Amino acid sequence: MSDHSSEAHSHGSVKSYLTGFIWSVILTGIPFWMVMTEAFDKGPTYITIILLAIVQIFVHLKYFLHLNFSTDQGKLDAYSFLFALMIIVMVVALSVWIIFASNAMMM
Amino acid sequence: MSILGKLSLDAIPFHEPILIATFSAVALGGLVLAFLLIKYNLLGTLWNNWLTSVDHKRLGVMYIVLALIMLLRGFADAVMMRLQLALSTNGGEGYLPPHHYDQVFTAHGVIMIIFMAMPFMIGLMNIVLPLQIGARDVAFPFLNNLSFWLTAGGAILVNISLFVGEFAKTGWVAYPPLAGLQFSPDVGVDYYIWALQISGIGTTLTAVNFLATVFKMRAPGMKLMDMPIFTWTCTWANILIAASFPILTVTLALLTLDRYLDFHFFTNDGGGNSMMYINLFWAWGHPEVYILVLPAFGIFSEVVSTFTGKRLFGHKSMIWASGAISILGFIVWLHHFFTMGSSANVNAFFGMATMVIAVPTGVKLFNWLFTMYRGRLRVTVPVLWTLGFMVTFTIGGMTGVLLAVPGADYVLHNSLFLIAHFHNTIIGGAVFGYLAGFVFWFPKVMGFTLNEKLGKTAFWCWLIGFFLAFMPLYVLGFLGMTRRLNHTDNPDWNIWLYIALVGAFVIMAGIISQLLQLYVSFRDRKDNMDTTGDPWNAHTLEWATSSPPQSYNFAVIPTVSDIDAFTDMKEKGEAYVRKDSYAPIHMPKNTASGMLVSGCVTVMGFALIWHIWWLAALGLFGSFVFLVIRAYTKDVDYYVQPDEVARTENAYLDSVAKG
Amino acid sequence: MSTTHMNTHDAHDEHHDHDPAPHNVFGFWLYLMTDCLLFATIFATYAVLFMNTAGGVSGKDIFELDFVLVETALLLISSITYGFSMICAHKKDKKGTLSWLSVTFLLGAGFIAMEIYEFHHLIVHGNGPQASAFLSAFFTLVGTHGLHVTAGLIWMAILMIELIVSGFGSRTVTRLSCLSLFWHFLDVIWICVFTVVYLMGAI
Repeated sequence: MSDHSSEAHSHGSVKSYLTGFIWSVILTGIPFWMVMTEAFDKGPTYITIILLAIVQIFVHLKYFLHLNFSTDQGKLDAYSFLFALMIIVMVVALSVWIIFASNAMMM
Repeated sequence: MSILGKLSLDAIPFHEPILIATFSAVALGGLVLAFLLIKYNLLGTLWNNWLTSVDHKRLGVMYIVLALIMLLRGFADAVMMRLQLALSTNGGEGYLPPHHYDQVFTAHGVIMIIFMAMPFMIGLMNIVLPLQIGARDVAFPFLNNLSFWLTAGGAILVNISLFVGEFAKTGWVAYPPLAGLQFSPDVGVDYYIWALQISGIGTTLTAVNFLATVFKMRAPGMKLMDMPIFTWTCTWANILIAASFPILTVTLALLTLDRYLDFHFFTNDGGGNSMMYINLFWAWGHPEVYILVLPAFGIFSEVVSTFTGKRLFGHKSMIWASGAISILGFIVWLHHFFTMGSSANVNAFFGMATMVIAVPTGVKLFNWLFTMYRGRLRVTVPVLWTLGFMVTFTIGGMTGVLLAVPGADYVLHNSLFLIAHFHNTIIGGAVFGYLAGFVFWFPKVMGFTLNEKLGKTAFWCWLIGFFLAFMPLYVLGFLGMTRRLNHTDNPDWNIWLYIALVGAFVIMAGIISQLLQLYVSFRDRKDNMDTTGDPWNAHTLEWATSSPPQSYNFAVIPTVSDIDAFTDMKEKGEAYVRKDSYAPIHMPKNTASGMLVSGCVTVMGFALIWHIWWLAALGLFGSFVFLVIRAYTKDVDYYVQPDEVARTENAYLDSVAKG
Repeated sequence: MSTTHMNTHDAHDEHHDHDPAPHNVFGFWLYLMTDCLLFATIFATYAVLFMNTAGGVSGKDIFELDFVLVETALLLISSITYGFSMICAHKKDKKGTLSWLSVTFLLGAGFIAMEIYEFHHLIVHGNGPQASAFLSAFFTLVGTHGLHVTAGLIWMAILMIELIVSGFGSRTVTRLSCLSLFWHFLDVIWICVFTVVYLMGAI
């Protein structure tokens, strides 16, 4: 841990912010372009925009929220996020499964 | 609409003699209490040392006082229900009309879960956890005070509903569409919503606070896996709170939007889906029961290892078993509504996941048994609670596995079999645990031990009363009686309903013994003083302080090199060491901000319940202003000076030396 | 008095070694994890209800992607300007911090203004949250994000006043760091919103 209070949570440089920004512009631009121009079929479009969103989330986590596995604090932050992510996946996926399956029973 | 929204004199239930009598009793009690406080000049002490305190030990005591008061209220509801059901057999009407009876069973559930069990557990955690990890306080002492007052605010709202308006008549789960505006147009459900919402936010903040505490403030040398088992089980409970209470927050908020702004989340029309409420409610509700029971498991572990004089068998496996229970606890919630009629695959998945939870729970039971094996078990009151728990909870667990079979659940769903099952786990698991913890840590907090004889009487009354009150409910479930009935006309059920009422009275005898125990122990405290701070020859760091502990907990933060840190210190002769000099100790100052913020939030809740919009806005604005003022208050801490530390420590060490 | 308090200064130094500030930022991060769960629950509700239009409009009928693209751009740019403000804050550069914060504030306020316009537009055309379960879920999900951004703006305004009035105090950078986490976290939520709600709704 360094002497500066908030440096326990590492903060970025101009360069890292710009890198993150450029990545996120690209990762935002492609899905909007795909949907607005309807250049592809629905299936591939769905899959691509979901994948790009996931990539973009991790870009933001790395460059803007400074999650990392190299410092103790970074690890603690990252693991708590990964745990929350696991719970989110379980709660959202199972909820959707439960309700869609019961909707299907009423068809 | 008037300036007071829906509120008028009609909201006061003058025509209900039971409520008027209760109100008079409460008012009289309040007056007597106020008189005594003034007579003995205690108002200042109450305000300065308790209500505004940010000390985790004092907040813990206030949580437990809240829990005990709510236990009395919730138990009064329980006795009223048992009495009604015993008086209304063979088609009789009993003495509680349905609209009143429905409020009683709703209030009983809400109060026992949210305002008795939760504060009890959080209170014990508050007192013990920072001490066990060798910390001077929690990470955010002011936040801790705010959390308490938010919990208290919720409890106040529930109890106001007794005398102003009414409480929900929906059952403690408040399923829509019954809880929607169409079928519950009165304020009852709004009381329910805002009481749970406000206390729930307090609970979430508590979890964040204690997680930051265990991750950042452990004594030097204490690795995560070396934390005492009670701290670990509380940590898992806090992880569960942080992960599940936001779901409750959202669920209640969506119901609020349906009721206040005509949204269509859970309505029958407009495309709403009330099943989603049930789904979300239990996605919170199931983790919630593990939040209640895991810390109790931790208490039993501490009690067993202390009173056998041995190290806990399988410390690591206990931690991982708790973790497995926590994570599995998030994929079983559908077993509360197998009968909703989702697909066979869904029911099978959740049924199996539920049964798997019996495995880590079994690991724990065997760990406790192996700890006792070849130990010299001192059969004290906490040990009695633990042994009673091991038998009772095993029965509750087995009926739970039975209910986890979807086919069997279709027969038993919402029958009294279910009621018997969950009381069997919550009373036999969580409540027995808290009561064990209460007796176990009482000398630490108050400085004198509790009367052993009355403690044993209380235990046997509770245990026998429990079996008398709830075993008949298993039978009634098999005989086809469903929950929440107001009166019955099946002669086969009568005898079991009468036995259950007797059971409730036996439990009442247990509670009276506990109140007597408190009185007698206080009267005879001179003979039961805990002068060493370690009355049980225990293992963990909370016993390395005086009883009650110094405000700063540890004059010097201990360095830890063993799981049973205090045993290790005693063996190496590092305990009770007199230091030549002490460093000043940095401590947070008491503050009224928590009370003010939460007071405003509670006023906002009350105003929203009665649609008094201007007052709601004022409450919201007030809480915001008090928070900002607090954020910019500079004078928030002080230093305990070395000579004062030396004086306190020497007095404590002198009393240890005298024995 | 003077003798007994002599050690206070030493204590301050010792206390500085375990500065509570890292606790604050970590504690705030844990709070954000609970906020994640809160949003996840609303997303799950939206996923369950988005087809329940009750004979009214669906996402395809009401979403205007070029409008959403501008909203997204405002938030993305505000993220990097907040980042620059943090870089200045770590250098204790008051003027730089304040200027970048002001830019961030304006971009955030622009986002909120656009969202209010969008909501108002929908409501006056009879597509308010009362019209169907889909619209209830849509307004709640997007509105909850909007409320968070609004809270962030209020917080930012208070911190700007703090900076102007008293400059960098002992806790200012910590507070700015917490708000930074909050602000970037809301960006992450917005990625999920524009992907799941707007883009997937408009396909």
